[in-house]
Amino acid sequence: MSTAFSAANFSTQSFPLNHTSTTTHDSPLVFAKPTSQFLRSTPKLRLSSFSKLNLSRRSGTVVAVSDVVKQKKSKSTPTLLITKEEGLELYEDMVLGRAFEDMCAQMYYRGKMFGFVHLYNGQEAVSTGFIKLLKQQDSVVSTYRDHVHALSKGVPARAVMSELFGKTTGCCRGQGGSMHMFSREHNLLGGFAFIGEGIPIATGAAFTSKYKREVLKEADCDHVTLAFFGDGTCNNGQFFECLNMASLWKLPIVFVVENNLWAIGMSHLRATSDPQIYKKGPAFGMPGIHVDGMDVLKVREVAKEAIGRARRGEGPTLVECETYRFRGHSLADPDELRDPAEKAHYAARDPITALKKYLTENNLASESELKAIDKKIDEVVEDAVEFADESPVPPRSQLLENVFADPKGFGIGSDGRYRCEDPKFTQGTAHV
Amino acid sequence: MLGVVRKKMLGQSLLKIRPAVSVLRSYSSSAKHMTVRDALNSALDEEMSADQKVFLMGEEVGEYQGAYKISKGLLEKYGPERVLDTPITEAGFAGIAVGAAYHGLKPVVEFMTFNFSMQAIDHIINSAAKSNYMSAGQMSVPIVFRGPNGAAAGVGAQHSQCYAAWYASCPGLKVLTPYSSEDARGLLKAAIRDPDPVVFLENELLYGESFSVSDEVLDSSFCLPIGKAKIERVGRDVTITAFSKMVGHALKAAEILEKDGIDAEVINLRSIRPLDRSTINASVRKTNRLITAEEGFPQHGVGAEICASVVEESFAYLDAPVERIAGADVPMPYAANLERLAVPQVEDIVRAAKRACYRSVPLAAAA
Repeated sequence: MSTAFSAANFSTQSFPLNHTSTTTHDSPLVFAKPTSQFLRSTPKLRLSSFSKLNLSRRSGTVVAVSDVVKQKKSKSTPTLLITKEEGLELYEDMVLGRAFEDMCAQMYYRGKMFGFVHLYNGQEAVSTGFIKLLKQQDSVVSTYRDHVHALSKGVPARAVMSELFGKTTGCCRGQGGSMHMFSREHNLLGGFAFIGEGIPIATGAAFTSKYKREVLKEADCDHVTLAFFGDGTCNNGQFFECLNMASLWKLPIVFVVENNLWAIGMSHLRATSDPQIYKKGPAFGMPGIHVDGMDVLKVREVAKEAIGRARRGEGPTLVECETYRFRGHSLADPDELRDPAEKAHYAARDPITALKKYLTENNLASESELKAIDKKIDEVVEDAVEFADESPVPPRSQLLENVFADPKGFGIGSDGRYRCEDPKFTQGTAHV
Repeated sequence: MLGVVRKKMLGQSLLKIRPAVSVLRSYSSSAKHMTVRDALNSALDEEMSADQKVFLMGEEVGEYQGAYKISKGLLEKYGPERVLDTPITEAGFAGIAVGAAYHGLKPVVEFMTFNFSMQAIDHIINSAAKSNYMSAGQMSVPIVFRGPNGAAAGVGAQHSQCYAAWYASCPGLKVLTPYSSEDARGLLKAAIRDPDPVVFLENELLYGESFSVSDEVLDSSFCLPIGKAKIERVGRDVTITAFSKMVGHALKAAEILEKDGIDAEVINLRSIRPLDRSTINASVRKTNRLITAEEGFPQHGVGAEICASVVEESFAYLDAPVERIAGADVPMPYAANLERLAVPQVEDIVRAAKRACYRSVPLAAAA
């Protein structure tokens, strides 16, 4: 196969729709009831669309994608995709995500956390695979399932945990909560509760990168933005509006679909006319890639290419990561609609176990090194909980702060100057 | 370079911000006139040239020169990177503008009419208005959403709604409603310079109206304060508050009332959020009667808020029940005579003022 994104590179069990149609597959899993003509024909469509990635007129630039990856592939050693340091970094990040989310569940049931909490267990490969390739000035926009995106981007575990506890030491001083993680320092632009809301924001951040380069003449501004969202979002109007505009204006953005097949209790297959989300990319003139989201190394390879494309100014990419969330939609979700066999199938493909296996089998790390990392992360998470526990709740005066960047909200103060020019303006200037 | 000079001038000029009347300097006696359209255009032009981070985005703002020609000439001057014609994607481009604002750019988003802003209202409220609060001050959104608001002439129900009350009820937004050219220039400049999201509600029927402007208004660093109302006409008998087009109606009503011996004070609100409660209350404490005039729907409207505010703060000073004049409680009809009935007219304000003064027949004596 000439293209690097060939079936040879990706495991044959990466296409959920195959399960309903091919009889050769050994998995007993059958979770898609519809037996439409279309679904039966998907394996043919799937393989052929990979090889035809660069044939669609509208995505002429896709040719560059597969070519570049092909060149890289021939130079690198055939088996190892990462170095030892990279491997340990990826492992640590994924274990941090997992341990943190497990701790969140515990804390929620103890009443320390409240409201809506959406956990990321099982999807760590996507967050780690993409975000660990970014620089600090690159931006990440997420949805309500944003704890692990925050952690991968570099927000300290203490700050995230405090935010979840609603303490004033949280990354948003307790004013945002689980669904609204923001960090100016790490360029994490949220944390949005409405699905699809983050996509235009991410497109705007990518727009800024281009604007800075072209209008403000900051010549080396090549910041990339990643937008993370789920399968349910891909039916939302804002998604399509932004695919259009990002491609139209060639913005440096990667649209990362975390397709975990379920939107609360709505199966992706019941909600979507054409469930293959990656195909929606070429319709707007950008490449659409499908990748096994349970394998961090595969995600990383695809991410490298997509982010590289964006950085070079070649425009957006749509990446569909097939992944799965081990827990329910949120901690309030009883999770009764999902087939236990499906859950078992994906549990067997746990990304952390898979990476561990890869590292040990290829002698990149020993069991003891990995165990040491596990222990270290446990300590980090425990410390985060302790810190959050001991932190104070926000003072009453904080209620009225930060409504405006210009806190009096009058634009100009009595001395004729904008209030926001007063150097002390962030200190308790709230007035009832 | 010029932008830096202008910024320094801004710092100094802000110290002497007062509404346009300036007695310190005498200029040539022939007053200059400017239409609201030109006022907005010049304000945009000057702010864009002063600060490279300001850019304009919307449908037909570029090659078409603006659906209502407000952005005429800007594309030629600033190029397509700064004057962006967008596809018809309100939600998409409003969100893109918010994302750009997160990173420090200053977008001016034009909605062809504010009725279309309903397609983007998720971004105006949920991401623009609330971000600074949710992020505890990390993500400020220096964005301006502008466009015509309220009824035009015969455009039907879906193009005629007034959104002042909707946006003004949301903390995190500033809502401005200019009336004259001076308002338009000063408030738009203030809005663009403001570090917070501003909803700037213009009026299509006012675009072509011409107002006299002083040289201070024409100065490129002219700016009006956000949150301060203007007393357009001083009076003693009844306070009439209005914004946007209704200010013109209120002033005409005041002229008619004067012939009947009622001296009306007309307040041009200019800023719906924050509402200048102190000016309104001070005026009511002087005149003891209040009429609020607006074009939008009556229930939960701007007038409701003003009346509640006055009843809360100045109840003892009221000599008559507060009254609100608003549009009819129906979607805007198309037929011209019905449309006239659905929007407040000058006669409605005159009648209401007379009711407030307990005079249903004109008297000769003054108060």
